[in-house]
Amino acid sequence: MAAPKFEVPSLTGFIEVPKIKENASAHVKSFPASAEIQERIGFPGPLVEDWHDKAIAKMGDLLGKYRSLQVFMDACVHCGACTDKCHYFLGTADPKNMPVARQELMRSVYRRHFTFAGKYFPSLVGAKDLTEDILQEWYSYYYQCSECRRCSVYCPYGIDTAEVTMAGREILDTVGIGQKYTNEIMGKLHRIGNNLGLPGPALEDTLQGLEEDIFDATGVPVKMPLDAEGADILLITPSADFFSEPHVESLIGYAKVFHAAGVKWTLSTTASEAGNFGLFIGSYDNIRKAAMRIRDAALELGVKRVVVGECGHAWRVAYSFWNTLTGVGHGGNDPFARQLQQQLDPNYPAPQHICEFTYALIQEGKLKFDKSLNDHRVVTFHDSCNVARGSRMGDMPGGQFIIPREVIKAVVNNFQDMAEETIGEATFCCGGGGGILTDDLMEIRVKGALPRMEAFNNVVKENKVNFLALICAICKAQFTKVVPYYGFDMSMVGGVHQLVSTAILLDVPEGSEQETETEESEA
Amino acid sequence: MSFLTVLFAYLFYAATAILVGGLFFKIRTYARTPAPLKIPTTPAPITKTGVVLRMTREVTLFESLFKSNKWIWLFGYLFHVSLLLVTLRHLRYFTEPVWFPVEMIQPFGMYAGFAMVAGLGGLWARRFLVDRVRYISTPSDHLILALLVAIGLSGLGMSFVAHTDIVAVKAFILGLMVFDLHPLPADPVLLVHLSLVALLMFIFPISKLLHAPGIFFSPTRNQVDDPRDRRHIAPWAAKLEAGAQGKSE
Repeated sequence: MAAPKFEVPSLTGFIEVPKIKENASAHVKSFPASAEIQERIGFPGPLVEDWHDKAIAKMGDLLGKYRSLQVFMDACVHCGACTDKCHYFLGTADPKNMPVARQELMRSVYRRHFTFAGKYFPSLVGAKDLTEDILQEWYSYYYQCSECRRCSVYCPYGIDTAEVTMAGREILDTVGIGQKYTNEIMGKLHRIGNNLGLPGPALEDTLQGLEEDIFDATGVPVKMPLDAEGADILLITPSADFFSEPHVESLIGYAKVFHAAGVKWTLSTTASEAGNFGLFIGSYDNIRKAAMRIRDAALELGVKRVVVGECGHAWRVAYSFWNTLTGVGHGGNDPFARQLQQQLDPNYPAPQHICEFTYALIQEGKLKFDKSLNDHRVVTFHDSCNVARGSRMGDMPGGQFIIPREVIKAVVNNFQDMAEETIGEATFCCGGGGGILTDDLMEIRVKGALPRMEAFNNVVKENKVNFLALICAICKAQFTKVVPYYGFDMSMVGGVHQLVSTAILLDVPEGSEQETETEESEA
Repeated sequence: MSFLTVLFAYLFYAATAILVGGLFFKIRTYARTPAPLKIPTTPAPITKTGVVLRMTREVTLFESLFKSNKWIWLFGYLFHVSLLLVTLRHLRYFTEPVWFPVEMIQPFGMYAGFAMVAGLGGLWARRFLVDRVRYISTPSDHLILALLVAIGLSGLGMSFVAHTDIVAVKAFILGLMVFDLHPLPADPVLLVHLSLVALLMFIFPISKLLHAPGIFFSPTRNQVDDPRDRRHIAPWAAKLEAGAQGKSE
C-alpha cells in the first residue's frame, strides 16, 4: 500500500460527530468520462453548449416522472435530523456531505427555476441560478454519496438522498458530465454482458478451472454449468465472483450448495452480471437495458427459478425493480410479464437471494455442515446498505437481517454482532457503494469507511473477531482495499458463502481416490 | 362598515383562496406524478394495513424523527401537538353552538400556547447552537420561526395580557363564513395576530410548510414492500414495453 496523500482518520472507539469543516472534501473528484464512454450509454460528452437549458429541462422531466424527487424537493424543513447520519460526513466533516446539504445543491436550483418563492425571493429561500460552478459542485458531491439510504431512515418525511443523487447524476450525464468509472462499466455490461468485460470463452475457462480446484480440494465433482438449457435455476451473480478474491470463495460456496441440493442450475454468458450500475446514475433506460439481459437469458434457457448471488445494490435492483423492469417476479397480468412469469415456478420467490436459497435448505435439513471447520474464525456480519434498506429476504419485514445471520450461525461456532446502532437498518455503508469504488476516490472511500471501521475495531478488540462476513461484491472489494488503512489484514474480509463453503460436507462419490477434505484453501 | 373590517374580510378571503387553491394544486401534482419504482425504506410493511399503520405512527408520533434525534423530536413534537390543540381550541370562533369536544379542550388549549412557543424556542435555539443546523439554515427558516412565534405571542397576549372583544371577533368570523360582514374590533394586538395568520396561510403552499401534505406522498414511507409478488409499473414506463413483447434487441 502506497502512502496515502490524505490523513487517514484514527480509530477512537466511538463514532464521533465532527465539527463542520467547510470544503474539507471539495477537492475530491473522480475522473470524468470521455465522450466515447458517454456515447456508449446514450449520453453526450463533454459539456454540451446549451447545458443550462438542457439541465433545467431534464430536471423538469425528472420532476414529472418521479414523485419521490418532486416531494423531496418540497418537503424538507431543514430540521437537521439527517445531519449526523452520513458516513461521508462523519469521515470528512465537510458540511456538503450532510444529506440535507447534498440535497440543497439541487434544491436551491429547483427553487430558482420551479417555485414561486425562489423566482421572486431567491436570497430569502436560498435559491440559486444554475451555473457551471454549480454543475462542478454537483459532480464533486453527488459522487461522494453512495446512495446507501441511511439518511432516509431518519428523515421525518422519508426523504431519500439517494433519489436526489441519482437525479443529480442523470442531469449531469444529460449535459455531458459523466463519471468514468460507472459509465465505462455500464458500457461494458451493455456490450459484453458483464462489468468486467469478460467474454464467454474466458468465463468458460475460469469456471472449468474452479471446478478442477474444487475437485482437487474435496474429491467431489462439483460443477459450474454455463448456458445449460433445461436447467431449473439460473444463477445471476456479480462478475467479480468469477475471479476476484475473496469473491470467488463465495461462488465456490454457491456451487457446493447447489451440488448438495442436487438441483440443475446454470450460469449464463450473456447475463453474467448481477450488478446494475444504471441504478447509480439513476438512468431508467440503462437500468432497464441491463436488467433485460436477465429476462432474455431466463426465457432462452427456460429456467423455472432465478437466484441472485451476494451483491448489495444488485439485490436491491433484483428484489425491488426486476419485476417492474423485466417481469422477473410474480403477479404481473400484462402480456409482457406473463410471457416470463408463466414459465417461473410460483412455489419460489422470484428472484430469490442465495442466502434465502441456502437458508431454506438448512431448514429442510438438506445440508450437512461441520461447524468446527470454521473454528479458526470469529465472525461478525456487516449488513450491506442496499440489502438492509432497499430490499428484503424471506417473508417478513427485516428478514434481510435475520436470514444471512442464520446462515452464518449454521456454519460457524463463533459469531458476534457489531454495536446495534451500526447494524440492521442503521447499518453504515462500506464507503465504496453506489459508484464510489474507484481508486480516484480513495480518499472518500477510506474516510467514508470510518464509522464501520470503528464498530468493527470494537468487536475485534473486545471479542477477538477476525472475519468480516459480507454479502456484497462492492463491500468485499472496498473492505479488502480499505481495512489495511485502519491496520487490519485484508484476509479478514470475506463472503457469507465462503463460510458455508468451508463448513459444508459433500458426499464423495464412490471410487474417488481423493481424500475427503472439506476445507478449501484459504485466501 | 369600517374600512378595517372590509380590509380584513378580503384579506382572509384571499388567504383562504391561496391556501386552498395552492394546496389543491400541489396535492394534485404529487398525486399525478407517478412513482415508477418500488422504493420503500426497508424494513417496510408488507401489507396496505401495515403501511397505514406506519404512516399513522409517522404523523402522530414522528417515529423516524424519534429514532434520529431526541432533542429535535422533543421540540418538534411539543410544537406540533400544541399547535394542534391551539388550532382545535380556535374552532370555538367558527362554530355556534361550540362543539362539545372543542369545549372540552379549552383549558388545555390555553396553556398549549405556551408549550407551542417553548417548542418553537427550542427549535430556533438549535439553529444557532448546533453548527450543522446553523450551516443549513436559510433566512426563510428563521423568518418562518419568527412568524410562528409572533402568532403565538400575540395570541397569548390577548389571552393573558390585553384582552380583546372575543364576542365581536366571533361575530366577525361567523359572518365571514356566510359573506355577511360584522365589525372587527380595531384592537392592535388582534390585528397583528390576524395579519400574521393570513401571512402564514399565504406562504403555506409555496414554502417548506408543504412537508405537511408531502409526507403522505413520500414513496419511501407509503409504499408496500411487495415487489416480488405484484408487478408495479408506471404508465410512462409501461410504454417502453410496447413492441418489446419478446426478447429485447
